Amino acid sequence: MGYKVARPELNIFEKSYVPEILKGVGVSSRHFFRNIFGKKDIVTVEYPEVKPDYASRYRGHHRLMAREDGTARCVACMLCSTACPAHCITIEAGDYGDTDVEKYPVKFEIDLLVCVYCGMCEEACPCDAIRMDSGIHTPSQMYRKDGRVGKVDLMALGDLSIAKQGGELS
Amino acid sequence: MDPILAAVLFAIIKISIILLGYVMLFATVLTWLERKYSALIQDRIGPNRAEVAGLRLGGLFHMIADPIKVLFKEDFMPRTENPIMYKMAPWLSVVPPMVIFAVIPFGPGDMFVISNAPLGMLFIFAIAGLGVYGSVFGAWASNSKFALLGGLRATAQMISYEVAMGLNLVGVFMIYESMSLQGIIVEQGETLWGFLPAWGLFLQPVSFILFMASAIAENKRAPFDLTEAESELVAGYFTEYSSMKFALFSLGEFIEIIAIACIASCMFLGGWQIPFVDATGGIILTSLQILAFLFKVFVLVWLQMTIRWTLPRFRYDQLMKLGWLYILPLSLANILATGVWLYFAA
Repeated sequence: MGYKVARPELNIFEKSYVPEILKGVGVSSRHFFRNIFGKKDIVTVEYPEVKPDYASRYRGHHRLMAREDGTARCVACMLCSTACPAHCITIEAGDYGDTDVEKYPVKFEIDLLVCVYCGMCEEACPCDAIRMDSGIHTPSQMYRKDGRVGKVDLMALGDLSIAKQGGELS
Repeated sequence: MDPILAAVLFAIIKISIILLGYVMLFATVLTWLERKYSALIQDRIGPNRAEVAGLRLGGLFHMIADPIKVLFKEDFMPRTENPIMYKMAPWLSVVPPMVIFAVIPFGPGDMFVISNAPLGMLFIFAIAGLGVYGSVFGAWASNSKFALLGGLRATAQMISYEVAMGLNLVGVFMIYESMSLQGIIVEQGETLWGFLPAWGLFLQPVSFILFMASAIAENKRAPFDLTEAESELVAGYFTEYSSMKFALFSLGEFIEIIAIACIASCMFLGGWQIPFVDATGGIILTSLQILAFLFKVFVLVWLQMTIRWTLPRFRYDQLMKLGWLYILPLSLANILATGVWLYFAA
């Protein structure tokens, strides 16, 4: 059994359209004149000149953070590439030798065309090495191979981080 | 000089001044004005990027930039059985509204009208009837189902509203006992009961409303833009047109807006008559009267544009119902009432 939808009955003035159309013309004109002379209600943001404010947790272009000596904080633990639902992170681990940090990434590559910007990698990272807080939109490329961003570019966006290694609060 | 040759030369000069100096210029400004005006109604900014020498002037240069862009676009043509028909359609929709200006009087006397034809309104009806060919040919020759559906809608809509549009003006002809636009305008210079100009708007108010409604429907603009309903038919009958051919369709639409405004201001707003000034002659008065006409045309163009950006689109059955069940019987009743009134007033 269906519902009986009560539709509003139009009176004779509304059925003749004319007063209602004049009312609508009035509304349109009010907006027009207010936007020209009075308080402007325009919501458009003129993008290249005016940038909209992003939320502080906006996830943009990835970046790799550096230690005080300038090397990458990443220890090539593969947690980010394991957590990544799109499998866009490729890490090749290298050995430091006798330091207390065992590994470092020889190659750290993110395919931006595959990345879904979910933020799982920065949540998984125990070293505060990868972050997505650069505030930069995903860039566009001419060729697909340019979508693969390597360690050097990611480090260039990066910054110094002095958080304790291993996720402890400093 | 041979008087016939002189008359032809004079007519050519008048045609070029009216068409190039007024109609085309106004239509070009309208392409920018409509975008800007609709933007401001909808709390947007609208076109503002085109600049010449660092000046933007609220995007005024878009009216130059748009035609240049459109001219240099690829003129894509679908595979069709009727290439001639396909190429003819844009012209068939842009030329008839232009031809209407042949009988529009911009000022008093024979000086400011290309042809002061005694049956000017019949000429306008004949030419307006040709307008449907543009959309039908374009739709048929495009070899596309969206275009064909749009063309079918356009045909049915234009034919049914043309009837109503013609009948709505019959009341005006009966009151002013003329079918020449100049004659009707001269009659409207009188004053009724000492305070009201004898305009068609006051003598035939029902006609005015119904005429504007059916004229907007005839021009296929919102709320009657079912022929190009973008949510259903991509762009309707000109879906397959690109480049300048596409621009000609919209140019024809803008010229028709001006043509409708001109006809309506001649029929209902007294044409070049200034209220309470029932006189002609003199350079100052004549130029004031021309300005009055241009002002009335502008007001009616504004009205059409505001209605277009205010109302949502009709459903197709509502459109047909409005045309055949309301506007047509109302205009017939209006003719009858006018006849009865004239019989007892005489």
